[in-house]
Amino acid sequence: METLINGLSLGGIYALIALGYTMVYGIAKMLNFAHGDIIMAGAYAILLVVGMTGNLLLSVVALIAAIAFCVLLGVTTERLAYRPLRGASPLAVLITAIGVSYLLQSIAQLFFTSEGQPVSTGAAQLGSVTFLGANLKLSSLITLGLCVMIMTALTLFVDKTRVGRAMLAVSEDRGAASLMGINTNLIITLTFAIGSALAAFASLFYLMQFPVVSPTLGSMPGIKAFTAAVIGGIGSIPGAMVGGVLLGVIECVCQSIPALSPYTIAIEFGLLIIILLVRPVGLLGKKRREKV
Amino acid sequence: MKKNIRLKHYINYLILGLALVLFIALDLLGVLKRSDANLLAQVGYSVILAVSLNLVVGFLGELSLGHAGFMCVGAYVGGLVYIMLEPQLNKLGAILVALPIGGIAAALFGLLIGLPALRLKGDYLAIVTLAFGEIVRTVIRNQDIFGGTRGLESVRFGNRLYILAFLLAILTVFISQNLRRSKHGRAIQAIRDNEIAARAMGVNVTYYKLVVFAVAAFFAGVAGVLYAGSTSVIRSDNFSFNYSINILVMVVLGGMGSITGSIISAAALTYITVKLTISLSGDMAAIEPMVYALILILAVMWNNAPFLRPVREKLGAKLEALRQRILHCGEVPEDNSPEIAAWDKVPTKIPMDAILSTDFTVDHSFDADRRGKEEEQ
Amino acid sequence: MSEFMLETQNLGISFGGLKAAQDVNLKIKPKELYGLIGPNGAGKTTVFNMLTGVYLPTTGRFFLDGEDLTGKSTVEISRHGISRTFQNIRLFTNLSVIDNVLVGMTNRLPCNMFESMFRLPRHFRTEKELRAAARELLNVFGLDEERRSLASNLPYGKQRKLEIARALATQPKLLLLDEPAAGMNPHETAELTETIRFVRDHFDMTVLLIEHDMSLVSGLCDRVTVLNFGTTLAQGETSEVLHNPEVVRAYLGD
Repeated sequence: METLINGLSLGGIYALIALGYTMVYGIAKMLNFAHGDIIMAGAYAILLVVGMTGNLLLSVVALIAAIAFCVLLGVTTERLAYRPLRGASPLAVLITAIGVSYLLQSIAQLFFTSEGQPVSTGAAQLGSVTFLGANLKLSSLITLGLCVMIMTALTLFVDKTRVGRAMLAVSEDRGAASLMGINTNLIITLTFAIGSALAAFASLFYLMQFPVVSPTLGSMPGIKAFTAAVIGGIGSIPGAMVGGVLLGVIECVCQSIPALSPYTIAIEFGLLIIILLVRPVGLLGKKRREKV
Repeated sequence: MKKNIRLKHYINYLILGLALVLFIALDLLGVLKRSDANLLAQVGYSVILAVSLNLVVGFLGELSLGHAGFMCVGAYVGGLVYIMLEPQLNKLGAILVALPIGGIAAALFGLLIGLPALRLKGDYLAIVTLAFGEIVRTVIRNQDIFGGTRGLESVRFGNRLYILAFLLAILTVFISQNLRRSKHGRAIQAIRDNEIAARAMGVNVTYYKLVVFAVAAFFAGVAGVLYAGSTSVIRSDNFSFNYSINILVMVVLGGMGSITGSIISAAALTYITVKLTISLSGDMAAIEPMVYALILILAVMWNNAPFLRPVREKLGAKLEALRQRILHCGEVPEDNSPEIAAWDKVPTKIPMDAILSTDFTVDHSFDADRRGKEEEQ
Repeated sequence: MSEFMLETQNLGISFGGLKAAQDVNLKIKPKELYGLIGPNGAGKTTVFNMLTGVYLPTTGRFFLDGEDLTGKSTVEISRHGISRTFQNIRLFTNLSVIDNVLVGMTNRLPCNMFESMFRLPRHFRTEKELRAAARELLNVFGLDEERRSLASNLPYGKQRKLEIARALATQPKLLLLDEPAAGMNPHETAELTETIRFVRDHFDMTVLLIEHDMSLVSGLCDRVTVLNFGTTLAQGETSEVLHNPEVVRAYLGD
C-alpha cells in the first residue's frame, strides 16, 4: 500500500514531465531531449528562493518563480535552437536537442558546481497519516492530488478552449493549420511554455521527494518520463498519464524488492523496448500509416 | 583519370598510415612520452568508434544512442578474456585473442538491437538504443564476475597499444569503405534514402539493417577491448549515455556519412578532451561538455538550418570547385551543377514546386558525403 | 508461360470498415499495355500496393505468370518479377543516377557481404558487370550522360524516367507505373508515351499503368479497367471503355 502510493506519486511526477514531452512531440514533432534539464533549472530556481528554510509558504513563492524561469528558458531554447531548424530532418533536431541538454547541464555546473545541494521545501514537516494501517507521507498524497488536478486541467484546456483546438490542428497538419490562419509558431512557443510550466511543477514535487539539487538532476527523470510518454503512446495526453503512473509504480515496486532493486533501470527500459516491439505506437497511441 | 580517383579512395589510409609511421618514428627516437602514447591509443579507438557509428548514423540513417553500450560489452567480455589469458600467454597474444571475442560478443548484442530497428525508426529507435545501452551497463555492473560496481581490474597493455589501435582503425576504415563502395553499400544507402522504394527494388531491408548494426557493434566491441588494454580498471560508468553522445558528436562534426570527417573529428575531439581534462580542474571541467554541446548544436545548425541553405550552397560550390581542381588537376571539371534553375521555365499546368515538395523535403546535406557518390573504379 | 502475365481473382482490401478496393479482376496478357484508371480515391494505387506486397489483400489472390504471389513480402514479390514506380517519385535522392539503377540490380549476381568487405575477386567482377549493365540501361533512357549527378538534381521529367529505368533494373516480368505522366507538360507526355512503348518492345515487358491523362491512356493502352469507389466500373478495349456513358459520368460527376 505504502509502496503503491509512493509509486503513484512518483508516477504523477513522471506523468507531468511526460506530458511536456508528449505535447511538444505531438505539436512540434520533435523530441525535446532537454526537457529533463528544464526541471533541473526549475529545481535550482527553487533552491535559490527556498534554500534550507523549510518554509512551506516560501515554497509556493518558489514554485511561481520556478514556473517563470522554466517558461522563459523553455521558450528561449525553442526560439534559439529549435526554430531555426524547423523543416530540417528530425534527426538533426533531435541531435540539437541533445546538445541543448548538455549545454544546460554544463552551465548549471559552472554556476552551482557539480556537488548536490540540499534543499528543504518543508515537505518533511507535513508529516504523515495512517490509513488502513499504512503509513502514508502527506507530501506524497499532495503530489498525487495536485498531479491529477493539473492533468485534468490540461485535458480540459486542450479539448475545450480555442487555443487548445488550435494546438490539435497544428499537431494534425501544420501546413493546413497555418493556411487556416493559425499562427503555428506562436502555438509551438505556447506548447513549449506549457510544457516548461509543467516541468516547474515537477521540479517542486521532485524536490519534495528527493531534496537534493544537482546539475544532472533532470536527466534520469527526463529519460524515464520520456520512456513513460513512449510507453503510453507519444502525442497522447492520457497516454502520458498512464505511462507515467505505470512507470512510477513499477519503479517503486522494484526498489522495494532487494533482489530487483539494482536492476530497476534495466527493468524499466526493458519494458520500454518490449512495449515498443509489441505495439510500436505505445499503449494509447494512434497508428499512422506512411502513404505510398 | 585513374590516378586522381585513387587519391580519393586512399586518403583515409594515407592519413592514418602516415600518422602511425610518424608516431612510431617518434617512439623509436624516444621522443614519445608515455602520456602521449596513451593519448594516441585513445585517439585510435575513438576513430574506430566514430567510423563504426557512422555506419549506422550516416550510412543507414538511423540514430544510435547506445554505441557506448556495445563498447561496454566488448570491454568487459574481451577484457575478461584478456585478463585471464595474459598470465599464460604474453600481453600481445592475449589481446589478439580478446579482440575478436570482444568484437563478436558486441556484434551479437548488435544483432539484438538490430531487431527493434526492423520495426522502429527515427526517434523511437534512438530511444531504444539509449535504453539498451543503459540496460547493458546496469546488468554488467551488477555481475560479480565483472567486478561489480568497483569495476574490473585490468592489466595495462603498455605504451605500444597505440600501434595496435591504429592498425585496427585502418581495418575499420578498410571494411567500412569497402562496404560502402559495393552493391551492399548502395543497398544500405538506398534504405536510408527511401525504405519503401528500396524494398520495392528487392533490397532485403531486414538483412541489411541487422548486418549494419552487427558490424558497427563489432567494431565498438573491438574499441572496448582496446580500452580494456589501456586502463587499469574497467568501469561501467565510463560507458554511460554521455559517452555515446560524445561519439555521436564526432560523427556529426565530421559530417554524417563522411569517413574522412569522422577520422579527423574523432582525433581532434579526443585530443581536445584529454587536454581540457588535464588543464581544467574542479568545476571548470564543465567547460568540456559545454564545448561538446556547442560544437554539436552549431555543427547541426550549419548543416541543416533551412535559413542557412543559400550560404551553404554557395560555399559548397566553391569547395567543390576547389576539390575538383586539386583532385582532377588539368582536367575539365564535370558539370554537376543542379539544373533546378531550369525547372521554373518548364510550362506546366501544375506548379512544379507543389509536386516536388511532396517527396523532396528530404534533406540533402544531412547524410551526404558527396565524394563517395561519384562513379567509382 | 501461362496465358496471362498477371491475373487477379477478386482481389480486395478493407481498412477498418472502409473497402478501399474490392473484387478487382484483372487479366493481363504478356506484352500488353494495360491501363488502370478512375477518379481520385478510386483505389488504383491501393491495387498497386497489394500487387507489390505493401498491403496484404484481405480477399482474393493474384498470380504472376501463373505463380501465386498473394501474401508474399515486397522483397519476394520484387524477386519474382513485379517492379514498380511511385506516384510521388521515390528516388534515392542522395545517390547518383547510376547508383539508383544499381540498387535495382542488387539481387542480380551473387556476391556476399564478406567478399565485398575484403574486396575478393568476385566483388570486382560483380561490380564491373553490374556497372556495364546499368550504363546500358541508362543509355536506353538517355540518362548515361548524367549518370554521376545526384538523382535529386535531375529535372523532373528525367526523374520519372530514372524511376522507370530503376524499376527495369530488377529485370521484372511485369512493370507497374503509377501516374508516370503526372506533372508533365504535353510535350513530355508525348515523349513518355514513346518511352513506354519502347520499353514494351525492347524488353518484351508487360506494363500496367495508372494514369489520369486520358490522351496518354487512349494513345497507349490496349485495354483498360476503370475503378470507382474501389469497385470495377468497366473494363475492356480502351476505346470502348472510354466511351462508356457510366465511365464518363464517373469522371465528370452527375
